[in-house]
Amino acid sequence: MRQQIRILVAALRRLLSAPISSALNILIMGIAISLPVGLYVLLQNVQDLSARLSSAPQISVFMSLTASKGEIAQIGNRLAQQPSVARTEFVPREQALQDLKRNSGLADVIAGLGQNPLPDAFIVYPKGTDPKLLESLRDEFSTWPNVAHVQLDSGWARKLDALLGFVRLGVLILGGLLSVALVAITFNTIRLQILTQRDEIEISKLIGATDSFIRRPFLYFGFVQGMAAGAAAWAIIAGSLGLLNVRFTALAHMYGSTFSLHYLTVGDSFSLLLFAGYLGWLGAWLSVSQHLWQIEPR
Amino acid sequence: MIKFSHVSKRYPGGFEALKRLSFEIKEGELVFLTGHSGAGKSTLLKLIAAIERPNGGSVVVRGQNVGSLKNGALPYLRRNIGMVFQDHKLLFDRSVFDNVMLPLQIGGFDHRESVKRAHAALDKVGLLPREKANPIALSGGEQQRLCIARAIVNRPAILLADEPTGNLDAEYAHDILNIFKSFHQVGATLVIATHDAKVLERGEGRTLALSHGELVA
Repeated sequence: MRQQIRILVAALRRLLSAPISSALNILIMGIAISLPVGLYVLLQNVQDLSARLSSAPQISVFMSLTASKGEIAQIGNRLAQQPSVARTEFVPREQALQDLKRNSGLADVIAGLGQNPLPDAFIVYPKGTDPKLLESLRDEFSTWPNVAHVQLDSGWARKLDALLGFVRLGVLILGGLLSVALVAITFNTIRLQILTQRDEIEISKLIGATDSFIRRPFLYFGFVQGMAAGAAAWAIIAGSLGLLNVRFTALAHMYGSTFSLHYLTVGDSFSLLLFAGYLGWLGAWLSVSQHLWQIEPR
Repeated sequence: MIKFSHVSKRYPGGFEALKRLSFEIKEGELVFLTGHSGAGKSTLLKLIAAIERPNGGSVVVRGQNVGSLKNGALPYLRRNIGMVFQDHKLLFDRSVFDNVMLPLQIGGFDHRESVKRAHAALDKVGLLPREKANPIALSGGEQQRLCIARAIVNRPAILLADEPTGNLDAEYAHDILNIFKSFHQVGATLVIATHDAKVLERGEGRTLALSHGELVA
């Protein structure tokens, strides 16, 4: 135990003995890690946001233009009696036209139209958000008489989901590649250290050091450097999210939302540190093992 | 203790350093290995410590066939062999004391015990007053003595020395031989390679003479 602590302290001291080159190494590795992890955090945020927005899906039921008032009322009743419908809202065609005039800036164009092109419509709020339920409701409504068109407003959420799946794959690939880069960077720093400590390694082997004894200080160094890079990545991500959040909360506020970007969770932060440490350890292991293999007696 | 049977060693390029060499060294023996340079003295020592492996024959040390030992087993063999190198192989990034501590740290000795042993070894070679110095500040003879202190600090059963009096004047050489002698008296097996006539004149121990990779005496 005493030996382990001594080696750990020696690793830290070695890291601090060349502060500038250590800092640059850690920074490079930190940036390499922060890219995929930062994207991952943003992805999580977008998923959260989309889950919130699509939590109240709507189904728009557009009536045919030829439907009479009575027929429309009938549909209204049928919708209200559906067990899986929470509530419905009727939007008469006149109101829809007024809304369009007010919101779209197309007042002139609309005024030029001889007649109102918009149909009467119901906005249906179903109970539950299961896409299968929504689709079955849509299919059912569209078979009803005098219903011209049924539109599922959560369609965009599914498209976003598919898109996010695609982005997630991209983040995974990027993460994999940059992990390899991290191992390679550690491999190289350790290789340089080995060059300066060739004599120590050779002599230690001559007087009976095991490979694991020789590896240990380098492994500790790789692990400590990897952890430091993980911490740097964490700081980069936290700082960037902090900057983004200032703008983002203002933007969300304009939409009447209090949504803000969340940071890495405590668990994720620990995983990040340990994983970065592990990659550093792996790079060091590969580097020392390669050197030890080269100097075995033949 | 050490048994060579028909041992050959060929280096890449075809140079044959040892040719079907056979001999035995018993426990507690003091053996001087002589011969011109290039006769195979260093190669022989390297084969005992498995720093190199033979191309033919068997090298048996303390009952183990060294030539066929797995790499993972070599450290434990070497911990029982102290080595004094021609070029000393000291570490100049640490003090005299820390150089002597290295074999004890490698062997996993208790720290307090290690400090005691390191001091005892340094005292034996007369370097205790210089324990805090950097080895680079030592004279050639002192560096050689430091190398001996490091070789004997974990009390190995076998001590190998390659030209330990190589570039030293007669007085230093005499000192160093006395250190070896005292180590031999406590029961260790010593194999000393040398072409130094002053050493052999003392007429102690057994002499193995090598010439072109073969035993001539």
